[in-house]
Amino acid sequence: MNSDIQHHIYSILVENKFGVLSRVAGLFARRGFNIVSLAVSPTEDERFSRMTIVVDAASAPLEQVTKQLYKLIPVIKVMEMHPDDAVERELMLVTVKAASDARSQITELASIFEARIEDVGFESITIQVAGRPDKLDAMTDLLTPFGIVELQRTGLIALPKLARRMGRLRSVKTRPA
Amino acid sequence: MRLTGAQALIKSLEHEAVEVMFGLPGGAILPVYDPLIDSSIRHILVRHEQGAGHMAEGYAHATGRPGVAMVTSGPAATNIVTPLCDAYMDSIPIVVITGQVPYANIGTDAFQECDTVGITMPVTKHNWLVTDAQDIPRIVREAFHVATTGRPGPVLVDLPKDIANQQMDWYWPDGVDMPGYKPTTKGHPKQIKDAARLMSESRRPVIYAGGGILKARAAEALRELVELTGFPVVTTLMARGAFPDDHELCLGMPGMHGNYTAVTSMQQADLLIALGSRFDDRVTGKVDGFAPEAKIIHVDIDPAELGKVRQPDVPIVGDCRQVIEEMVKAVSANKAKHAEDGASWPSLDEWHTRLREWQRDFPLVYDQQPDGPLKPQFCIDQLRDHTPDDTIVVSGVGQHQMWTSQRWKFNHPYTWVNSGGLGTMGFAVPAAIGAKVGMPERTVWAVDGDGCFQMTAQELVTASSERIPVKIAILNNAYLGMVRQWQELFYEERYSEVYLSPDLPDYVMWAEAMGCVGIRVDSPEEVEPAIEKANSIDDRPVVIDFRTDYREKVYPMVPAGKSNDEIILDPAHDTYGER
Repeated sequence: MNSDIQHHIYSILVENKFGVLSRVAGLFARRGFNIVSLAVSPTEDERFSRMTIVVDAASAPLEQVTKQLYKLIPVIKVMEMHPDDAVERELMLVTVKAASDARSQITELASIFEARIEDVGFESITIQVAGRPDKLDAMTDLLTPFGIVELQRTGLIALPKLARRMGRLRSVKTRPA
Repeated sequence: MRLTGAQALIKSLEHEAVEVMFGLPGGAILPVYDPLIDSSIRHILVRHEQGAGHMAEGYAHATGRPGVAMVTSGPAATNIVTPLCDAYMDSIPIVVITGQVPYANIGTDAFQECDTVGITMPVTKHNWLVTDAQDIPRIVREAFHVATTGRPGPVLVDLPKDIANQQMDWYWPDGVDMPGYKPTTKGHPKQIKDAARLMSESRRPVIYAGGGILKARAAEALRELVELTGFPVVTTLMARGAFPDDHELCLGMPGMHGNYTAVTSMQQADLLIALGSRFDDRVTGKVDGFAPEAKIIHVDIDPAELGKVRQPDVPIVGDCRQVIEEMVKAVSANKAKHAEDGASWPSLDEWHTRLREWQRDFPLVYDQQPDGPLKPQFCIDQLRDHTPDDTIVVSGVGQHQMWTSQRWKFNHPYTWVNSGGLGTMGFAVPAAIGAKVGMPERTVWAVDGDGCFQMTAQELVTASSERIPVKIAILNNAYLGMVRQWQELFYEERYSEVYLSPDLPDYVMWAEAMGCVGIRVDSPEEVEPAIEKANSIDDRPVVIDFRTDYREKVYPMVPAGKSNDEIILDPAHDTYGER
């Protein structure tokens, strides 16, 4: 595994119960693990939710995070995904200044990034773009010279890559029976 | 059968075989106190909710059964946070029930409302907010299951007042269904084999026994392992009594105030077998300098302890008793194989000799002059020598705790009750009461400091009124002694806010006012008669105010942040050989 990785991605299956987010977030806070992003949503099974948490690797020893998470009773399963083994997506909405002379450049940029124009005003437009985090970073860099008014990212969500789901997935730890 | 939530709660506690609970009623928990009148459960009315929590802990320490406390919402819930945190740090199984404002009022800043579940989340193994009376038997069953299995710990059930009054159909669940909670108890066979191999190669082994031995009821198994291997044992502050102090292979307590042999044996070991211990900073000193040559076998039921502080060579997740029993089998098999092959088992004679030399050269010492000031160690020695061998000893936190742990001879498990991880001053009086309630046939002595005693002494009113005859020895040096010791040693004798006065309060009058017998001891010759008098009283609590020398310090000492190689011995060592 790449030793200079900066982030760990955890996909955590939890019981869909009152206060679970608070338990997980509280654990990260009191053990001093820094969260880069966090996304929570229901799964195909209504009893469970999935949390995708990106953690700063320097602050959080991978094995300790996994073990501490398993100590939380509503936590069913913890997967630590290496970026190479995961399908990662994040969504960004960005409102950028777009006077009439800049507008065509921005829409051109948007089409290169397969982004969609979601809203158009007299002085600005709002763009939606989805992809891996580095793509959103690049889009942000390129839009900055136009003047970013507001920006919002969802945080990463991820699932393991199918081709490697059986054999090569790293650090998939299930609780011993 | 239709019951109210409150009735269902009491009935559920009865199903969990609860015989006694410690508590104090109030508005939000009122519905539950009504069916309690008709219950077989004994309720002990405390004077402060912190006392209820520590009593439940003392009860659990002494009996191994979960302690139960019940208090109301708001301030009562926050008052019991300290015992919850204490129990969390020391893995003590307690079940706390708190009242809560009616469900619809939650979040409105109602009278005596607080976010109990939120506040106690970081200090409980798990907690529950009851939202439907129908869930009560299931939740109680789960709460006791979680508290007592795996790594034990405190749990809390928060019960809104209207849910307590709601009707439900009674049932008792057959078991628990918790998909996210399945502790591993059986050690991995390959790991145990690897451990046995390391054990058969070691020349300087030390068994580093922690509180997990007691939690797993593994004292017998440990003894078997020691007799089989001849490995010496250190017993941490949480494990005192897990291996008998009078056994020749018992080295006593390691750590910041551990004795020289225990500390140094670990430093020089080539193999540490950590059984239910967690490499606490008070044991390791500076981690980088701890047991530098030792390979580590680490057995713990909590996987997160393995590799948290020190990376083990052989990590084993499992219940200490089961794993030790498997280790005994594996080592026996190795030994048999050695014999078959005509190979000799490595001799530990050299190691044993070295340990005995350290024990001879560096014993724990103090200097009690017949006409000099009363030494706290002398009081503890006298108490130890004039009480039954199976006396349960309880302490608070500070110098008196360290002296007691150092000087007492713990020859039986579950005879030492103290606050190790959290270091909760004021623990002793209520914990002693809880221990005595759980073990009424046993003598229970609390050794307390004057600072600690003032924090929770009012629970002696509980003890008097409930006829729980605990005995309290206050080592009264008129100071917050441990803090004073650090200021003397590390802050150039600049004493900041540590003086308490020896006679304000007057401890004898205070004890008498609380329905106890109060005795004051000023000189060494008064010590034994006072203890004998206290031992003869069994219809009420006794408090002895020992006026001890405030200059006495706890030695040996490894200064905070230093390596265990930098252990400081008692200056009395210099004259020890001459006496």
